[in-house]
Amino acid sequence: MTESILSVRNLQVEFASRRGTLRAIDGVSFDIAKGEVLGVVGESGAGKSVTGLSVIGLIDPPGRIAGGEIHLAGLRIDNLPAEEMRRIRGKRIGMIFQDPLTSLNPLYRVGDQIIETIRTHLSLSETAARRRAIDLLAEVGIPAPEKRIDGYPHEFSGGMRQRVVIALAICAEPELIIADEPTTALDVSVQAQIISLIKRLGRDHGTAVMLVTHDMGVIAETSDRVAVMYAGRVAEIGPVQDVVRNPLHPYAKGLMGAIPTLAGDDKRLVQIPGSMPRLSAIPRGCSFNPRCAFAFDRCRVERPEPLSRGTQSVACHLYDTVPAESAA
Amino acid sequence: MLAFTLRRAIQAIGVMIAVGIIAFSMFRFAGDPVNQMVGMDTSGAERAAIRKSLGLDDPVLVQFGRYIGNAAQFKFGVSYQFRLPVTNLLIERMPATLELAIVATIFAMVSGILMGVYSALRRDSWLAHVFQAVSLIGISLPTFLIGILLIYLFSVTLGWLPSFGRGDVVRIGWWTTGLLTLSGLKALIMPAITLGLFQMTLIMRLVRAEMLEVMRTDYIRFARARGLTTRAIHFGHALRNTLVPVITVAGLQFGSVIAFAIITETVFQWPGMGLLFVQAVQNVDIPIMAAYLMMVSLIFVTINLVVDILYTIVDPRLRSTVSRAH
Repeated sequence: MTESILSVRNLQVEFASRRGTLRAIDGVSFDIAKGEVLGVVGESGAGKSVTGLSVIGLIDPPGRIAGGEIHLAGLRIDNLPAEEMRRIRGKRIGMIFQDPLTSLNPLYRVGDQIIETIRTHLSLSETAARRRAIDLLAEVGIPAPEKRIDGYPHEFSGGMRQRVVIALAICAEPELIIADEPTTALDVSVQAQIISLIKRLGRDHGTAVMLVTHDMGVIAETSDRVAVMYAGRVAEIGPVQDVVRNPLHPYAKGLMGAIPTLAGDDKRLVQIPGSMPRLSAIPRGCSFNPRCAFAFDRCRVERPEPLSRGTQSVACHLYDTVPAESAA
Repeated sequence: MLAFTLRRAIQAIGVMIAVGIIAFSMFRFAGDPVNQMVGMDTSGAERAAIRKSLGLDDPVLVQFGRYIGNAAQFKFGVSYQFRLPVTNLLIERMPATLELAIVATIFAMVSGILMGVYSALRRDSWLAHVFQAVSLIGISLPTFLIGILLIYLFSVTLGWLPSFGRGDVVRIGWWTTGLLTLSGLKALIMPAITLGLFQMTLIMRLVRAEMLEVMRTDYIRFARARGLTTRAIHFGHALRNTLVPVITVAGLQFGSVIAFAIITETVFQWPGMGLLFVQAVQNVDIPIMAAYLMMVSLIFVTINLVVDILYTIVDPRLRSTVSRAH
């Protein structure tokens, strides 16, 4: 693997609540290499978005990073002072949110928002920043950018607004883009355009992308590697074709079984029984054990740690060679 | 844009005619104006002559038409008590009231917005809690009580500020101002605070609530993700979005500041239109009451119109929906 732009080690995120501390992220580790697209997939509440937000340092109280380390190109960023982290946001890490309709300030022209961001991070004159903003709008595929730059957000369609949001995320040439469900709020036809745009930009600029989504189709199409998250942990991580064709973790198997195929066979899609536990009621041992068809005694007692299996890494006792008796 | 303004202006004229009907009917319900004007020993013939000279024996509709026609030219008849044209009386006192209302509104806006922004951004600081407590007092204590308490403290006990009147005024054309003399400024402080306190607390609470709301929106989160400075986010993005509803409320409140000035002017014996109105009520001086009603309505309607137009300037979304509607 080439040098990693982002390295997350044993990340823990906690939320203080009235009924004690809830652990939303519990020991998540992964790397993203230069120019690589990592897909992060999982059900709602698996901790995908929280992981993205903690990388960019935007976890709001009562949430906080309780443990672990985050490194951006070798620099530890999880414990930086607020002002230094602010300089990294937007400049070295760009972020794209789910809803393009609400991501832009309705009272400012899109050009002003782009120019403002450019001039926050790069020392450019107003006119140079404006030229750059027009180039950016052209790059993300907005027609007649020199005219549209003076438009207000409400004058753009959803897909066009998401393009503006992407232009904002890349305007200072970041090394990493975090895209948090960038297509969920869009029409299916627009989704594909946005996904290929993100992919192309990542390739052209050598930008690493962390793509958070619950859409396996999007992941299969864009990502180099995929991390499957479940209840605040990474269940399985590996190259996307390996994980999709040969998932190891029972949860990942269930997810891949739930992807509809175009082949048109009328087999019922596999459904994973039950639902993800609430944060306040994570079961002992492996958090997936109540829903797992293969669970055995050890799964109910001991938490599985990630194990290397070929190109993949999986957190499941099924792949541990240590016999069950000695573990208890 | 022009069509929108025009439509709103026509609506405003409709409202003013409705108010005119109410003002006009006051004359008919509050007794015979001739009896109010003349003494006990005036003969019936003389009364009839006066009645005829005032046009009071014409049909109601003719009288109403004449009243509206005169009102449109700012002629409101002659005051029963002063025997002077009502318009002159009002104009003479208008600078005092407007000055008081404008200073009170500026005080309310500036301190209300500052306090609101502060208590939204530093929600848990002790000062924010103090502001909240003060705003509760400002919203619940009646104006006259605050005025009397201020007089008791600063005029009676400390002797710093005058307890009544406007101080020395300077005449500039027909306008009289107390802003250019020390005694005028000193006399203005307490009435302005008294009058503005309610608006200030209102604006403060509104700014605080709106700002907290705006700070939770996606575009503020995205602005943070773009790495903008806290200053730019708070004052460039959040505050501007907060100010849209604040402008409306503050603008509409300016009308009620003038209307509420009646109480403040009475407490401080401020020689403005409110005091004139209170005296008119005591003396059943209907021309003044009717004119005051018309004038306050006109101010309200004008402010509404201006706020509607301002709104479209501040919020670009309204601009396009407005033009798209035609």
